[in-house]
Amino acid sequence: MPENFLTARRGRGGTLWLGRNWAFLFLLLEVAAFALLGSRFLSLENLQNIFVACLPVLLLGMGQTFVIITGGIDLSVGFVMGLGTVICAKFMFLFQAAGLPPSLSIPLAVLICLAVGLVPGFVNGTLVARLKVPPFLATFGMYGIAYGVSELVSGNTPISELPAEAGYIGNEYILYIIPRKLVSLILRPQDVSKLELQNMWTILPTVVVIAFAFVLIFAFVLRRTPFGQHNYAIGGSMDAALRAGINVPRHLTRVYVISSFFASLSGVMYVFRYVTGRADAGSSRMLDAVVAVVIGGASLYGGTGSVKGTIVGALIIATLETGMVNLGVPSHNRYIAIGVILVIAVLIDQFFPELVGRGE
Amino acid sequence: MSDLVLQVRGLTKRFGGLTAVDHVDMELHPGEVVGLLGDNGAGKSTLIKMISGVYHPDEGQILFQGREVRLGSPMNALELGIETLYQDLALAENLNVYSNIFLGRERTKPFLGFIQVLDHDTMHTESSKVLNSLEIEIPSLKSQIKNLSGGQRQAVAISRSIYWNAKLLIMDEPTAALGVPEQRKVLALVRRLREKNIPVIIISHQLYDIFSVTDRLVIMRRGKKVAELVTKDTTPDKVIGHMIGSEEVERA
Amino acid sequence: MRNPGMSAKPLAFFGERWATFFLLAMLIVFSLVGRNFFAFKNFSNILYFATTYALLAAGETFVIVTGGIDLSVGFVFGFVAVCSSITMRDMFAAGVPDTVCMLVGSIVGLGAGVLPGLINGILVARLRVPPFIATLGMYGVANGMALNLSQGFPVTFLPPRVQEIGNSFIAYLLPGKAFTFFQRPLNLQPSDLRYLLGIVPGTVLVAAVILLISAFLLARTRFGQHTYAIGGSKDAAIRSGINVPSHLLRIYVLSSLFASLAAVLYVFRVGLGNFTTFSSSYELFAIAAVVIGGASLMGGKGTIGGAVIGILILMTLENGLNVMGIPSFYRYIATGLILITAVVIDQFTPERRASSA
Repeated sequence: MPENFLTARRGRGGTLWLGRNWAFLFLLLEVAAFALLGSRFLSLENLQNIFVACLPVLLLGMGQTFVIITGGIDLSVGFVMGLGTVICAKFMFLFQAAGLPPSLSIPLAVLICLAVGLVPGFVNGTLVARLKVPPFLATFGMYGIAYGVSELVSGNTPISELPAEAGYIGNEYILYIIPRKLVSLILRPQDVSKLELQNMWTILPTVVVIAFAFVLIFAFVLRRTPFGQHNYAIGGSMDAALRAGINVPRHLTRVYVISSFFASLSGVMYVFRYVTGRADAGSSRMLDAVVAVVIGGASLYGGTGSVKGTIVGALIIATLETGMVNLGVPSHNRYIAIGVILVIAVLIDQFFPELVGRGE
Repeated sequence: MSDLVLQVRGLTKRFGGLTAVDHVDMELHPGEVVGLLGDNGAGKSTLIKMISGVYHPDEGQILFQGREVRLGSPMNALELGIETLYQDLALAENLNVYSNIFLGRERTKPFLGFIQVLDHDTMHTESSKVLNSLEIEIPSLKSQIKNLSGGQRQAVAISRSIYWNAKLLIMDEPTAALGVPEQRKVLALVRRLREKNIPVIIISHQLYDIFSVTDRLVIMRRGKKVAELVTKDTTPDKVIGHMIGSEEVERA
Repeated sequence: MRNPGMSAKPLAFFGERWATFFLLAMLIVFSLVGRNFFAFKNFSNILYFATTYALLAAGETFVIVTGGIDLSVGFVFGFVAVCSSITMRDMFAAGVPDTVCMLVGSIVGLGAGVLPGLINGILVARLRVPPFIATLGMYGVANGMALNLSQGFPVTFLPPRVQEIGNSFIAYLLPGKAFTFFQRPLNLQPSDLRYLLGIVPGTVLVAAVILLISAFLLARTRFGQHTYAIGGSKDAAIRSGINVPSHLLRIYVLSSLFASLAAVLYVFRVGLGNFTTFSSSYELFAIAAVVIGGASLMGGKGTIGGAVIGILILMTLENGLNVMGIPSFYRYIATGLILITAVVIDQFTPERRASSA
């Protein structure tokens, strides 16, 4: 397995694990710090909020993980996400106006959105793989194009007036428990007294479940299938991959399609949560996604990275944001914090390669 | 002898438990071309890296032009006139021929009295001179390196060393990536270096080249110098024998 | 043997200069299709916006030629705008004469801009952090600081003369009546204002001078030569004795300084200081322009002139689309397309080969 090949060293067991999982430890420290400083940080509700908050970055980061492992980068995901929200919202709106019931309009809109979302990835992939355009530039160009198209479709204003059921999916949970009273699956209990409402436990936000389903599937693909193996191979040495018979252009195209798929998926989740579609929905998340992937252990030169790492990276960022809100710190300081974390992540990678298990 | 350009005595280098170079002695006279041979892992690269300042010897001495030197860094070696041409040549592909020859030491002339501007004409002329003196033919000195052939690039790299008065030239696999006609040209260049009395150490696996251009051969195996032969007094078979160890077995 | 470079020559000629031809073509098309395009006023508009972007692109050129990238320029821009405008505002409110305010404000702005550049440079050159990440991190920090300082609101209440200076011209022409340097003609009647022409805005002149100096620096000095060398082969540069870490440090500081200068000029022009929002895409345009102008992201290629042409193309595009009544977000699409075209053309332009020895 590529990961083990790269990281297997005669370990000074303890320190090796420490170094390799520094991000995870950092996450734990972060949570501990906020738990001490903040109020009710460790509550069930708050912890679940963190998971919900990490979704955009996580989903965008999933696609990026695949791309970055091959040594490339996808700068268009932010606006492809925006495009996703706009298209999803637009079609929901149209179908609703045409009289379709929500049980039809929503799934249809989602399907169309995901299908359309494959196109930017296909274009990116073709540019990179067949026209040999450097990924940075190809996706940079796509970034502009996606933004323009989403503004076009949305007419420059957020799209609202969508079926309420969409918001229902986005903001509800899988399990509701009122202690000693009732347990409800998926449907929020109606007709409950205020007291009971206060004591109600809400478990597993729906969006988190849906998102993690995809995350786990693709994690499996990356880790255990030949496709995933080829991904690492191309990142390690494109030459070697080519000579081993891997169809690199086709593979790369698929990788970028995966990336834009996740971006539109993230857009769909956004629409479910906020019941609106806007072109700039993802603009601030794109770089966060890259940060998450890098914190998670990927190198921009390719060849390393993992879904597990990306998840940790996304959680670190989400914890930071949630924690800052909890403490009442103005949100723009998050940029500073994330910038610093990013640089530290890379420095650790740079100067303590033995720690990260890649020493010479 | 006092006209020795280079003398190393008992040079040793260890990496952890491995002795890469084990008490090697070597001498180099002006105008000599010495071939450094040995199979992979014999210690040739490590040896020359010590001579060019990349590694510090654990034991032994390096005497350059009769005086002992301590080479703290590659820059030290360069300052003394020890130039090493590795396989990747270290040329800037996007710059032209004369810019590469003057890289890092560009000539300038004053502009408007106080600003120093690149003096392209002088650099062009000077480069032309050195290329001609080595009888190298490159049609336009303004062509970028990336448009030159492998042999031409070697020529440029060598000219650079010559222009900056290299007193000792070390070449690591100079003909490895070249086609046959180009290999001949590079070897001819090496002979011209000899005419200018500049000593050359060549590491190469191409026995034909070694035999056609060197005066002496130093053969290493597993870190030790196992043989030193005069080229015209030996044969490729004997050389290979020393490299793989069968010569010693035979003699023993 | 037939020289293979022969037939490719015209193709190479056009391929290398396609940007200039494209610009000319665009100018022609727009002036035919849109009304008022060739109006003097319109050109001034293009120039104004172009100066900000051109300075950003110039700084970016130096970085890209070394094979690096600076993603923080847009946010350094905002940061400096905020810093210098706050300085001017607070000093003015404290009663300091406005000339001093403006001077100190400008110096503070430029000084503030050095810091991000230094940090970027240290990260890249000495700590060997990949430029993409180092400048990405810096963008975050710079933006956060700008937001902190400005509390999210544009900084206003600057000395009134700020905008006067920022919008002044080198010469004024009142057709048939007066022609003055640096100051508006005296005894202006209200009815004259309509016909008053400003020739060469002051800020544009400053920017132009800086651009010329930087072009000179890159093309004709040792510093420029070393910049290309590092981009071409870092190894070769190191082994030739060039102090690469120190050079790279200076390059990133230079890039930030250009962004600072652009910010200060901006403050003078619009009379306020604002942080940069995410969709401002300053970096996008700067980098796109540099690449359109012929640079390669791998380093070793690129010119200031090319970057300027790139900016002009993008600005003309936006302006032309505006004039034709097309919504401005199309420019994003267009920019993306041009950028991609630029790179593809670059790939397929045959090299001008030396004839074989």
